[in-house]
Amino acid sequence: MGDFAKYIPEFLTGTQETLYMVLVSAMFAYLVGLPLGVWVTITDRDGLRPNRAINSVLSVIINVGRSVPFIILIVALIPLTRFLVGTSIGPTAAIVALSVAAAPFVARMVETSLKEIDLGMIEAARTMGATDWQIIFRVMLPESVPSLIRGLSITIITLVGYSAMAGAVGGGGLGFIAISYGYNRFKDDVMLVTVILMIAIVSAIQLLFELVAKAVDKKNR
Amino acid sequence: MSEGTPIIQIRGLSKTFVTDHEIMALRNIDLDVQKGDIFGIIGMSGAGKSTLLRCIALLETPTSGTIEIEGRDISTLRGRDLIALRKQIGVIFQGYHLLMQRTVRRNIAFPLELEHKSKEEIARRTDELLEIVGLSDKANAYPSQLSGGQKQRVAIARALASNPKIILCDEPTSALDSVTTKSILQLLTDINRNLGVSVMIITHEIGVVRAICNKVAVINDGLFVEQGEMPGIFQKPTNAVTRLLLGLGEEDE
Ligand SMILES: Nc1ncnc2c1ncn2[C@@H]1O[C@H](COP(=O)(O)OP(=O)(O)OP(=O)(O)O)[C@@H](O)[C@H]1O
Ligand SMILES: [Mg+2]
Repeated sequence: MGDFAKYIPEFLTGTQETLYMVLVSAMFAYLVGLPLGVWVTITDRDGLRPNRAINSVLSVIINVGRSVPFIILIVALIPLTRFLVGTSIGPTAAIVALSVAAAPFVARMVETSLKEIDLGMIEAARTMGATDWQIIFRVMLPESVPSLIRGLSITIITLVGYSAMAGAVGGGGLGFIAISYGYNRFKDDVMLVTVILMIAIVSAIQLLFELVAKAVDKKNR
Repeated sequence: MSEGTPIIQIRGLSKTFVTDHEIMALRNIDLDVQKGDIFGIIGMSGAGKSTLLRCIALLETPTSGTIEIEGRDISTLRGRDLIALRKQIGVIFQGYHLLMQRTVRRNIAFPLELEHKSKEEIARRTDELLEIVGLSDKANAYPSQLSGGQKQRVAIARALASNPKIILCDEPTSALDSVTTKSILQLLTDINRNLGVSVMIITHEIGVVRAICNKVAVINDGLFVEQGEMPGIFQKPTNAVTRLLLGLGEEDE
């Protein structure tokens, strides 16, 4: 562990890169996944606007998106990544594949959260003259905030895992450090520190989001 | 008060649910509710009470028949007219269906927010409604912190927010103890008297009808078996179902 100190800057950059990849791709994933999740929920059989055709198409897109192994997705998206980012390596490039992988995942999480809502509440809003739009934005989404926050936490944690995989194939971040030092150059201690850092990040996210979810939840306290 | 256009007029209303078989939940129902009535609908579980209320509340589409509110056929309304009609009909449920992430005040404000009323007007109106239902001290509590009776009071205040002409109640007291039931029924009576809101109340408890209704219809298996003014209709009941609901055995005289 003698020359350990000289890796500290690398760990710092690695952690930063990991957080950058994860947070930015989570944002993009929600930009697509949140509306998609709402859409698939309201087109479901007992949704606000049942529509079997749209619902089936969305379901297929989400399921296919979720079942493509991430490592294959990275490779398959190289042309798109080059087009969007200009390169297929580095943390920014990794964001493309991470976002695409997480969007359908987010859609399902959002759907699960929205379906936890008591249908009676939606009917009650209906009797008060609420439009579908008002029901979505004033009943469904606000009432599922605690559950959506827990979903966000799971999404971010999943993305941390994916980002390590992306890192291993050139995406940067802690995954890249683990591969290039720990594996290629047999630095077991570096590998160990990376793993500990990842565990720390995941635990911190879990703890933080659980606290926030508890704090905002006025139903189950 | 029994002349003039009925506030609710139902003719030949039927509702059939089609699942793996057909369930005739309502068969050829005729009903007139006059302005100012507290109209009770009593029947046993599965008789079709909720289905009837849900048809009037536009939560269910009738298979046949017409429902008119103040002379307007509700099935013809769309868009703005439909929303305007919904605001004339307040609905309260056994399960309250309050928004759990909103305070009492903001629950009551909900229908007003839907109408994009100003902040000041919402504040003024919610204060008024909190006063009417006696929950001014709970304005900032969340539904999870309230008793069943208090939750139903919030639901009533919320239903009153847009000044409805009618309040439809689906078993509003069935989850409550007898003392709380009395106070909720008293509140509904006060609202009827003081605000001139007509009330239709669905129940399986004869006590509820006796306590507040001026008219009652007995429903069994989707049919109205008896209909009339209180208390007369229950004084010499001949119908078997009515007798059962009154707790009279077949062998009683
Ligand atoms: N959405 C539905 N789909 C199929 N059948 C239904 C539906 N809603 C009600 N029914 C059936 O219609 C009949 C009348 O139901 P309804 O809920 O109106 O009874 P109720 O008098 O309110 O009973 P309870 O006192 O138990 O609430 C029942 O046989 C019920 O199973
Ligand atoms: Mg019922």
